[in-house]
Amino acid sequence: MPITAHEIETLLRESFPQAKITVQGDDGAHFAAEVIDESFRGLNRVQQQRAVYTALKGRMDGSHGELHALALTTKAPA
Amino acid sequence: MTAKDQIQETITANDVVLFMKGTKSMPQCGFSSRVAGVLNFMGVEFADVNVLADEEIRQGIKEFSDWPTIPQLYVKGEFVGGCDIITEMTLSGELDTLFADSGVTFDKDAAEKIRQANA
Repeated sequence: MPITAHEIETLLRESFPQAKITVQGDDGAHFAAEVIDESFRGLNRVQQQRAVYTALKGRMDGSHGELHALALTTKAPA
Repeated sequence: MTAKDQIQETITANDVVLFMKGTKSMPQCGFSSRVAGVLNFMGVEFADVNVLADEEIRQGIKEFSDWPTIPQLYVKGEFVGGCDIITEMTLSGELDTLFADSGVTFDKDAAEKIRQANA
């Protein structure tokens, strides 16, 4: 089932309630998300993006993941 | 040999390994193509592992790295990141530093050209 940008944002919001979250994309498969959250401070990019993937609860996973492509930008607030 | 052993052997035997969809000469996904393209352009010698050719490796590498997406870049046995991270590191110059520190030969001028083209 295709996923929407809004659903991605809702999932991310559950794990990062205080974050600045921007999700773009409307074809149901290709999205770009930017997550700026205080919890990322001190983490390297791999650790930050692992946290985002965890928040997406397996939707990126496997050959039949609903989310084929998510371009991800993560950082701590300036 | 299990998929995990096979992955470990590959990243131990090669300084730079890209787990990707397709091959470096014929990538089959835009994200894999972008990372392979950067490495090719920078003249980096790397081993390419086509995860589409082996379902066990395709699943295995996700568990091995605790990373759900392809491509995945390894340098000197360490997971560096996926497409977005490699793109950021290329543009910031961090990838140059990583290669230099790891003793991996690359073309500094080519890396500069990528940065100039994306400035």
